[in-house]
Amino acid sequence: MPSTRDIRRRIKSVKNTAQITKAMQMVAGAKMRKAQQAALVGRPYAELLNGILAEAAPRIASFKHPLLEARPVRKRAVIVVSTDRGLCGALNSNLFREAAKLDTDATTFIAAGKKGAQFLARTRRRLAAEFTYKDTPTFAEARAISRFAQDLFLEGGADAVDVLFTNFVSTLVQQPKTVPLLPVGEIRAVTAGVNAPAPEPPATGGPRTDVFEFEPDEKTVLGALLPHSLNFQMHQILLEARASEHSARMVAMKNATDNAQQLIKDLTLEYNKLRQSNITKELLEIATAQMAVG
Amino acid sequence: MTIRLEIVTPEAKIFSEDVDMVTLTGTEGEMGILPQHMPLMTQLAAGEIVAQKGKDTIFLAVGDGFVQVTGGRVAVLTDMAVRAENIDEAAAEQARKNAEARLAEKVSAEEAAHLQAALLHATTQLRVRRLRKR
Repeated sequence: MPSTRDIRRRIKSVKNTAQITKAMQMVAGAKMRKAQQAALVGRPYAELLNGILAEAAPRIASFKHPLLEARPVRKRAVIVVSTDRGLCGALNSNLFREAAKLDTDATTFIAAGKKGAQFLARTRRRLAAEFTYKDTPTFAEARAISRFAQDLFLEGGADAVDVLFTNFVSTLVQQPKTVPLLPVGEIRAVTAGVNAPAPEPPATGGPRTDVFEFEPDEKTVLGALLPHSLNFQMHQILLEARASEHSARMVAMKNATDNAQQLIKDLTLEYNKLRQSNITKELLEIATAQMAVG
Repeated sequence: MTIRLEIVTPEAKIFSEDVDMVTLTGTEGEMGILPQHMPLMTQLAAGEIVAQKGKDTIFLAVGDGFVQVTGGRVAVLTDMAVRAENIDEAAAEQARKNAEARLAEKVSAEEAAHLQAALLHATTQLRVRRLRKR
């Protein structure tokens, strides 16, 4: 039977925990809004990029580029986009469960985010590189990851590159999702922004009246455009992963705060009961003592 | 007759105005674009974009990227764009020095590429700023 002092002490410590989780919830909430905003500002850029890619798409048939080359897939590389910090509910576990399903021998991993790197090292997967990205991922960070993947693909270190990340469905729902990055099977439209509607597929068929002139030539421009659109896609994925992380953390911390409040309530009840019984006991003792004297 | 100049970076839409003429630096050299220019797609080199708007001339420092010209619109996709009057000379100078200092040390290829880009941005900003100081 715990004494009243023990219970009091526990209430105090739970209260402290609740305060911390509450603060973390607030911070995560603010960061989530910021992350969503960051994902949204990329939209005009994505629209323009899609426009250019749509113009380029009809020409792709005659265009050969190493990044477009589809090879039989023997070796696969997977970029695992995880978080740097924990305390975000089942987000990372869900992600790693997907990663664990992949064939260990034929898969090389590229980690973005510390938790992913730790997991891959712990489970002894083949880790090709480890990248970090900031709270608001910059384009340069995305470019570094995407460049590395492209180099790996071009050198034959991997016949296909996928990205495994947490897709932001809503504040309450985030799902691990795998998207193919390389080879570029067809010129895909890049999506931007959280919950962005899928962009219109590039209009094909029918001769276009506005024929574009390329300068210096198609090959150079498209050759530069392809890696760039991959970099941009990677950037959007990082933004999305961050938005997922922060909303997952917010929800996890909200649950933790609620649980702590409940615990405090229960403990307070127990404390009061104990206190009351102690008082009753003392009164009884006094009454008995008096009767014995008198 | 005007042409719409739109400059966007992954982080924001920097510029969107109707202008009379746009001068930009492609990989093949400088080119001037007037309204009703033929559809064109080209690569943009880091440098300066000059937009003529009535009597005003607007200068911008841009990083490398892509340009798409359609009949009434010039769309510029780039990784950096700053209006000349908004360039913070001290900050750019500082960024240039930092990048140069870091490059002098041993850095990984990936970081070097990143630093090169930062250096290019800073020097471009400085060049445009000094050129257009009133």
